[in-house]
Amino acid sequence: MWKLLQIELFKISKRPRTYIAFIAVAAIVFIFQFAFKADGQSYMDLMLQSVKDTFSFDRVQAINGYFMCYIILNTLLIQVPILIALIAADSISGEANMGTLRLLISKPVSRTQIILVKFAAATIFTIFLLLWMAVTALFLSLLIFGSGDMLVFRSKGDESQILLITKDDIMWRYYAAFAYATVALTVIAALSLLLSIFAENSIGPIIATVCIVIVCTIISNINVPVIDKNVKPFLFTSYLVGWKGFFYIGTDVDGKTIKGSLENWPAIRKSLLILIAHIFILITAAVVVFKKKDILS
Amino acid sequence: MIRSIRSMPLLFLLLIAMAGKSQDVNTLLTKVKFNIDKVNDYEASARMITNVTFLKVPDADVKVYFKKPNKLKIKNEKGISFVPKGAVSINLNNILSGGKYTAIDAGKDKIGTTVVRVIKLLPEDDNADVVLSTVYIDEAALVIRRAKTTTRANGSYQLEMSYGKYATYGLPDKIIFSFDTKDYKLPKGVTFDFDDGTQNNKTAADKAKAKNGSAEITFHSYVINKGILDDVFK
Repeated sequence: MWKLLQIELFKISKRPRTYIAFIAVAAIVFIFQFAFKADGQSYMDLMLQSVKDTFSFDRVQAINGYFMCYIILNTLLIQVPILIALIAADSISGEANMGTLRLLISKPVSRTQIILVKFAAATIFTIFLLLWMAVTALFLSLLIFGSGDMLVFRSKGDESQILLITKDDIMWRYYAAFAYATVALTVIAALSLLLSIFAENSIGPIIATVCIVIVCTIISNINVPVIDKNVKPFLFTSYLVGWKGFFYIGTDVDGKTIKGSLENWPAIRKSLLILIAHIFILITAAVVVFKKKDILS
Repeated sequence: MIRSIRSMPLLFLLLIAMAGKSQDVNTLLTKVKFNIDKVNDYEASARMITNVTFLKVPDADVKVYFKKPNKLKIKNEKGISFVPKGAVSINLNNILSGGKYTAIDAGKDKIGTTVVRVIKLLPEDDNADVVLSTVYIDEAALVIRRAKTTTRANGSYQLEMSYGKYATYGLPDKIIFSFDTKDYKLPKGVTFDFDDGTQNNKTAADKAKAKNGSAEITFHSYVINKGILDDVFK
């Protein structure tokens, strides 16, 4: 298994498209950093336009590395599934396209092992991509903008809130958020892998994955009671942004934030379990389908 | 006609009495202002607790800087703090400055167990932002215990003050600053929030309460009249 995994990782590392994802992430992060360095206060003014006459606060201090990373992740984690699909959707279809699938299956390894190894390789790629995001969006932002207390702007039902997390209470939230994002993006990897079994080239599964993610994301963000109750709970995209739950700090009855607390850990845990269940179902389906796949035609 | 001529001495006496009382409140205000005027500048360490519905923030250790005539700055040197803009009025000089007001005696009232004199201050400038200030003065200690101010543009706010060892300078140990707030609304479509299933079960009373906020500032220490650079207020 380990040898197979090494081969898979070698294959991924040799594909130019692997580096497209890393370059794309870096480019988006740098553009954000440049824009906020040049005129981050305009963004702050936009977010605080309804209370700027009532309160004053240090806008320069508010635009720090932690805040930047949150803003970047907010944007990137919606686009990153596409980058994951570029690699994971190529797993089986790429072999079929190059004519190496029959050769691979004729080796003394089971089809289950092949799927599990392909999935493990895609997961490792996802982890590396998230590590790269952590380096560029978090650590580089901290170098450029410095550290400080972090503001989180949030809509909760028909109410908007501003949460303030003190700087000594932030880092563990990022570690947890990146860990959550790894699980969330692994669902995309599992979905792409499943779809790649059905195709003879990688374009189809990539487009199919992207379409599924886009359609489900749109449905997840529609605020219609019928959809809220009957559809959203079953869409994995409803849980992709669950990483934000680590930044929804708990408060006491007076609205004072409690250091080290989470507003709703059971909801995050539930989301995490649902995502893990998605991974399990998708990979099981991939194994079943791949076992029955006719490679002779 | 005869009846109105008869009532004129009575009216005259009433005016004299009112003038006497008015002078009385002006004297009282002068005495209070005398204490406040002893302070040219101060730097104070304090703890600020903000109570605003949409703001979820921890208590903050802040520095309060004041310099005559009306410069005031509240700074959180270790982090970010949302400071209500009307908080400059915690500087009582702002209320009593210049003496450009008409003082009207509004009788006596009680704050806790302390009997206080209520004085309404009407600004002489018709275009001033402040429409009316009402101060509640502890006549024995010569300090303002409560001040209510109504403005044209920035709603109304109220100060509740309690005093300790800095009372001789008219500086409080604790201020509760209450103010009107607007609803905070995020621009639509800029956040993709995680719906964790929690609901806002707010009643009409809760929503009405959300329109008011308060900041409680507890002062630990003052450094008075040691000089403060103007750069602090930028």
